[in-house]
Amino acid sequence: MTGHTSAGQVNLRRATPWWVYVAATLLAVFALGPLLVFAFNSLKTQSDIASNPIGPPVHFEWDNFVTAWTQANMSAGLMNSLIIVSGTVAGVLVIAGSAAYAMARLGLPGTNGVMAYLLIVSSLPIQLFLVPLFFMWTRIGLYDNLFGVIIIYWALYSPFATLLIRSFMLQLPASYEEAARLDGAGELMVLVRVVLPNVWPGFLTAALVSGLAAYNEFVVVVTFIQSNDKMPVATSFFSFQQGYTTNYTLISAAGMIMLAPMLILFLLLQRRFVQGVSSQGLAGS
Amino acid sequence: MAAASASPPASSATSSAVSARPAAVRSAARAPRTKGRSPAQQRRRLAWWFMCPLIVLNALVIVTPACLAVYYSFTDWTGLGPAHFIGLANYRKLFSDADFRNALLHNVYWTLFFLVVPMAMGLLGAYLLSRITRFQVLFRIAYFIPYTVASVVTAAVWQRLLSSDSGLGKVLGVNFLGDVHLSLLTVASINNWAWWGFLVVVFLTAMQGVNASLYEAAEIDGAGEWRKFVSITLPSIRPTFMFLGLMTIIWSFLAFDYIYILTQGGPAGSTDVLSTLQYRNAFSAQQAGYAAAIGVVMAMISAVVVIGYQTLRRRKGWDI
Repeated sequence: MTGHTSAGQVNLRRATPWWVYVAATLLAVFALGPLLVFAFNSLKTQSDIASNPIGPPVHFEWDNFVTAWTQANMSAGLMNSLIIVSGTVAGVLVIAGSAAYAMARLGLPGTNGVMAYLLIVSSLPIQLFLVPLFFMWTRIGLYDNLFGVIIIYWALYSPFATLLIRSFMLQLPASYEEAARLDGAGELMVLVRVVLPNVWPGFLTAALVSGLAAYNEFVVVVTFIQSNDKMPVATSFFSFQQGYTTNYTLISAAGMIMLAPMLILFLLLQRRFVQGVSSQGLAGS
Repeated sequence: MAAASASPPASSATSSAVSARPAAVRSAARAPRTKGRSPAQQRRRLAWWFMCPLIVLNALVIVTPACLAVYYSFTDWTGLGPAHFIGLANYRKLFSDADFRNALLHNVYWTLFFLVVPMAMGLLGAYLLSRITRFQVLFRIAYFIPYTVASVVTAAVWQRLLSSDSGLGKVLGVNFLGDVHLSLLTVASINNWAWWGFLVVVFLTAMQGVNASLYEAAEIDGAGEWRKFVSITLPSIRPTFMFLGLMTIIWSFLAFDYIYILTQGGPAGSTDVLSTLQYRNAFSAQQAGYAAAIGVVMAMISAVVVIGYQTLRRRKGWDI
């Protein structure tokens, strides 16, 4: 009976109408077509683009990538993004991991109250605190400073990561840590040696969600980073695009360079990406 | 759905839902442990130390500036120098400011667009994926890829495609981003391209939880595809649907990225929204106090939406 009601079995029994595939393909074209045109254009010359704006390039102009790399300051941008993303992810995992541990395993008093507080505070719009935060950060020397941006991301992304990691920790039987505690292990040791190895999928999911958010984030970096040499790839691409609106081949090449790291990571770990991101939208069900 | 309806009364829309299932699990897990009183008490004291980094960061980055924003909203602060208390002057100015009314109206249009277009596309995509037996993973990847693309890149992709020099704009003789009647719709549509795939995966996850025997029963009764979708799928995923609707409304009043990147509120204020108006006041017009007041109003709009949702839930007993 249980096997009978699984979705896979039913799908096999219900023949899929042809129009389902047609409609699904149309949606896929809508999703990927613009990116494909963008990729094509990154390999054309300016005159190719004028005569052939949509189709594939006739010959591949790889030099666009070399030119875009230097002119759009991509190496510095990607380096700054790498610093921001790795700093954000490392911090979020430590902050959210220990908070989740306190709530899920240490019996934090008033966990429900703390969770409600976190949810309310983390759903405050950034527009409410952006302006005073900007002047606070300017005063204490965190403006135009990568670490200043990382701290903001820690505060913005940790609450959701805490909820995510906590839900993974709750699935771990308490007997695991009890045994380690009886052997005299301290709480930090229990967390690192016993709980962490068992809930790493939760940590990986939280890392992917906050890493993607930090790499693509725009409002905070455009507000808090001013110097060209400190810009992450999001804002260095943006200022390049603003300055080069006529040379679309170079803009496409620079865009492809920015796109590539996240796209590759997503394709490698898509299942976990989708699971983590969709849990943001399933909080209510 | 059973887990959600069993949730204890809680203080915010999202917290009750999130804490519902784990609360039961946790109290069950804790019961035997509290017998050995001393180590458990020690652990609880230790728990606050583990919470410390999160709470300190929260206070520093969010709570302190949020409180400051409320204070500055009653002052004439420019962002530099001293702030003088001016009472409700900023808020009075808001209600007579034509730019504010213009921006607020655009946020309302933006909300309507995002409640209809991406939600419909998300439902359609998820439904199609749930019916597909071959290449389902490939289709799902395809739909989700735009969501992983940064807003600055998405903007560049579409600016070219719609360009009136050589893109679709030239073919159709339309200036998508330059025409004051089309600009807001264009920006919203570009944002939608990067957004609807997120809704697909969320709706798909919800649809996969629907009891398949309901469909079998409906088929025996001779129900067609549309009938099954309306009578079984939609009611079954209603909690997810309502939650995403709520979040859509909240996010729509905060929309910023695509508008700032593509048009900065122009042409002629035709895409100006509350967040771009606030940004201009704070960082170009040296009106930090006024910008803070706009931020407070935006936070209040979010609060009203959440409280309204909660009230409807309680009063009408919506099972969400």
